[in-house]
Formats: sequence, C-alpha cells, structure tokens
Amino acid sequence: MLNLDLANQIKAKFGDLISEPAEFRGEVTVKIADAEKIVEVCEFAKAKLGFIYLVDISSIDNYGEDPRWTVVYHLRAIVNGAEIRLKTDVSEEKSELPTVLGVWATANWHEREIYDMMGIRFSGHPDLRRILMWEGYPYFPLRKDFPLAGKPTNVPDVAFTKVTPLEGGPFVTLPSSDDAIAREPRVRVPENAEPGISDKRLVGNQLK
Amino acid sequence: MATVQDIEIRDSAARTAAAVESLEDIQGEKMVLNMGPSHPATHGVLRIVLELDGELITKAQPDVGFLHRGDEKIAENMTYTQFIPYTDRLDYLAPLANNVAYALAVEKLLGIHDKLPPRCQYIRVICAELARISSHLLGLGAFAMDMGAVTVFLLTFTEREKIYNLCESLAGARLTTSYTRIGGVSRDLPPGWADQCHKFLEEVVVNINEMETLLTRNRIWVDRIRDLAVISKQDAIDYGLSGPNLRGSGVEYDLRKNQPYLCYKDLDFDIAVGATGDCYDRYLVRMEEMRQSVRIISQCLGKIPGGADNKSKEPINVDDGKIVLPPKQKVLSSMEELIHQFMLVTEGVNCPPGETYFGHENPKGELGFYVNSKGGGVPYRMKIRSPSFVNLSIIPKIFPGCMLSDTVAILGSLDFVMGECDR
Repeated sequence: MLNLDLANQIKAKFGDLISEPAEFRGEVTVKIADAEKIVEVCEFAKAKLGFIYLVDISSIDNYGEDPRWTVVYHLRAIVNGAEIRLKTDVSEEKSELPTVLGVWATANWHEREIYDMMGIRFSGHPDLRRILMWEGYPYFPLRKDFPLAGKPTNVPDVAFTKVTPLEGGPFVTLPSSDDAIAREPRVRVPENAEPGISDKRLVGNQLK
Repeated sequence: MATVQDIEIRDSAARTAAAVESLEDIQGEKMVLNMGPSHPATHGVLRIVLELDGELITKAQPDVGFLHRGDEKIAENMTYTQFIPYTDRLDYLAPLANNVAYALAVEKLLGIHDKLPPRCQYIRVICAELARISSHLLGLGAFAMDMGAVTVFLLTFTEREKIYNLCESLAGARLTTSYTRIGGVSRDLPPGWADQCHKFLEEVVVNINEMETLLTRNRIWVDRIRDLAVISKQDAIDYGLSGPNLRGSGVEYDLRKNQPYLCYKDLDFDIAVGATGDCYDRYLVRMEEMRQSVRIISQCLGKIPGGADNKSKEPINVDDGKIVLPPKQKVLSSMEELIHQFMLVTEGVNCPPGETYFGHENPKGELGFYVNSKGGGVPYRMKIRSPSFVNLSIIPKIFPGCMLSDTVAILGSLDFVMGECDR
C-alpha cells in the first residue's frame, strides 16, 4: 500500500502530467506524459518522498509503434523499502530526453548504456559516449530492427584487418626439411585459395 | 619500536586537494597511464585510463565492455527457460545465485514467487548462500593475493574446490550449474549431500578463522587498506552501490532483510555493516557475511521440509503443469502431461503481459531482472541490472587522491566480475 500512496502523492503534485498509478505484482508504475519533465518529477520523488536510491534505468523499443521509445526508472527509498517505477515515452524523431544525472550520480552509466544500446540521447549528460560497444560502432544493437546475428562492421585500429604474414601457413616455427610442411598435420590449404608461398611449396612436395 | 601511521585527511577528494597544493611549486607534467584491459588486478577485462601526477592519481576513467556478449538481446530471442544457462555466465563466480535470481524474477512475473514449495525455497537459499561463500572466498583470496598475501589465496581456493564438488553433485556441473527451473529446481538434493555440506561448513569455518588470523590484525594488510578509498554513506547511495560495498559504507540495506524473499524471513542471521566505508571495512563485511552464510546454510539444512533425503516426498516444484515439466513416466503414459511437455518445450512458459522487477541479493550486490512481457513464452525486453556495472561507476569518484599502487587494493575491495558488468 505504501508504494501506491507514494505514487498518489506524485500524482497529486503533478496532476495531469502523471498517469493513474498501475499496480502489478505489488509494483506500482506511473507514466509521465512529458519526458521533458522527468527531472522535476525525479527531484520531487527524491527530496519529498525519500526515493534516494536509483536502482536502474532501462529502455524499451516499441518497434512499429509511436512513440517508439520508453525509458523506465526504478526508484527505491532505502528507509522504508518503498519502490516505484516511472516510465516516460520518447518519440523516434526526438530520441532525446533530459538527464537525471543531477538527481542521482548513478544515472551516469545507466544513461550511457541506454545511449549505446538504443540510441536514445540524454540532453545535459556531460559524457554521453558508448560504454559497452566501442567508440565508432555504427549501430544500436538492442533496437528491435537490429538482427540477433549482428551486422558486419569494421573494427578500427586493431590487428587482423590486414592479411597476416602466416595466413594459411603451417603453424610451425621452423620447417626443418623440404617435406616438413607436407608432414605437418595441422596444415590447411583452402580449396580455391590464391596460391601463396605455402601452397607452392606443398604442390612442389607432392610432385616429387 | 612500532609506530602507527595515521592518514590525517580521511576524505580522498580533500586529500587530493591538499596533495596538489603541496606539489604546486614543483614543475612537471601529468602522465596518462593505461591500466588493463589485461591486467592481473583487474580480475578480467577492465581498462582504466589513469592520469597521474607523480604517483598520485588525479583522474581515473574506467572503460568497460570488453566482455559484452549482448545477453539482453539474446534473452529477447529465446524462451524464459532457455535463458537459464546464460545466467550462469553473468557472475561466473556465483552461478547458483544467478540461477536463483533469474528464476525468481520470472516467477514474480508469473505471480508464483511467493507460492513456491517450502523445500524448493530452502534448497534455493542453500544454493544462494553457498554461492555467496564461494564468491567472497575468491574475492578475498584474489584481493589478498594482489596485496602480496598469497597464502590466503591458497586457503580460499582449497575451500572453493569443496563448494565446486558440492555444486557438481547437486547440479551435475561445477561452474555452469543451470540448477533452477522456472517454478522450482532441476533436481532434489542427492543422497548424502546434506552430510557433505555439513562437513564443508565445519571445515570452512576453521579456514575462515585461519584467514582472519592471517589478515585482520596483520600490520601490513591493515596499513595498506585502512582509510583507503573511503566511500561515504551519501556517495554509496548516490552512486547506487549495492551488496557488501553499500553495507561497507554503513548503509544497513540488505534485500534479504529489507525485502525478504524465499524463506529468509524464517531464518536467523545478521547483516554486517561497516563504520567508515574504507577498503578495510569492505573486507570485514565480506568476512562476516561468509560466517552469516554458514549460519544460514546450517539452519536451512536443519529446517528443510522433508529432511535431508526427503523421505516424506515433499515437492520441489510448483504443482502446475503449465509451468514445470511433468515427470517423464507421465509424459509417456498420459495425454495431458504429453501436451504440457510439448507446449513447454516448444512455446515456453506462458507468462502474462506485464512488467516486473526483481532484485536479488547476490554476492556482488543487487542482481536485478526487469522483465517486460507482452505475453507468451519469450520476454519482450529483459534488462539485467548487474551489481558490478553499477559498483564500478564509482571509480572516477574514489580513485583521485590515491596512489597508483592503491588501485590494486581498491579494485580488490570493490570485488567486481566483468562477465556480469559487461553482460
């Protein structure tokens, strides 16, 4: 009941901005109609209702619906164990809402993760970089239109983008004799590979 | 003659300011040092970009994600049951606890999390607490080894081996246990398991005491980590720390007590809380948590309904054919069970539309699953709130003002695991 009371207090304070609290499995969810107001609601919840602990921020991609994004905040009051979930919708054209970093410091990484995975930007965030994927990665992998198998991308500035000198070769350090390569059980020659050094030598050995 | 050296300024930010002030007349430039991602003290693949003024850290920028596998994306593309093996690989030092957390999260969505059979609840608590001991043993062992106390590491690994043996006879696997199922556990305690567990508890207490004699009053250990990286109560809450890191800062918050799940209400245990929030407090909290876990497990083994070998045939799964797989004999002889089995395997557990969040007190902190369902056997969105990810976000706050050699101690005291952080 405590959760519902607190949700009603938020509702009483902000009126039409807040939806009627919904309860499911003892958890109370309220929806904030305007994402731009999220900071005000969070500040109120923290200062007046004791929600000093931000458990988590997550995001949902409602692919094919409008507005496309939903951002979900899980708030907790340490003292009495009250919990509430705030949700707000963000349209795909905008894909931006204000950061709550000023309210809880922990929002920093959560918001970076949402930006990284979904591509929702947080205005006012001082350090909105990718966090799990690398800098320069072109996609947002948690979007519903991103395939599970992934998409090929170039990895900038790391090894193995060029052909390695030992490619296709026998992985031995020193061939001791002429037929050492043919004896090497690990040697793998691709069927229609371009003839390289190792191939020529292999063919030569077989001709003998 | 021994002297005690006290650090006068406890707050790390104030200490930086004081140190910078004293260095102002010395000419020099700052150096940027890259630590990790492959560094023995980063316990996995954590990279930290450190900005140094001499030996003093002035800025620290953690870089995570080297172990990102896209678990949340994977979860959206498979049934709830199929995702259980992936939870083993989150915090791979405590797979049993992850299994329990995940199962409870899905059960909360189904609305059966408080209707689990008592025996199942006790088994799950035993699992979670065994995982806690195992994880803390490794965390402390590695922490001590990074500080040069290699003996402790050997002691803890001897004990962890016994936990792995227990896991093996319980679940069939040592590391990737996948023990829980939605609505229960995959199998009952094997015969003789409770006795083995009792024996282990007796031995581990001896070993914890021995570790304590090696560390707790050890001058080198105490001097090295006391008053180091103090996290205040406010900061701990503000940065969303959880688990031993939060309690080490003096916040008495434990999900097992504050939001009791399973049978924790019926068990008698205490919550360890630190006083100052330094590395030494976090170490002490973990030490005490292991003792409390031993206490919890021995109570569970005594109180478990049906006793150790379940002579009275207490159920271990909820009695609902639409959630738990029926016994194989019945599948082969009865139409209804056959249909249930077919539906569960092909479609998955049919969850109602809705959204729930369940936070579980994992060894590393609060492991939470936010499940958003549109109905059916596959989640629409599954967000994993991993404690290591959140705990690491405080690094830029606590590192400045510490010495370069302290990084290893602070990382050890934060006790994170990258498999869970990067998901």
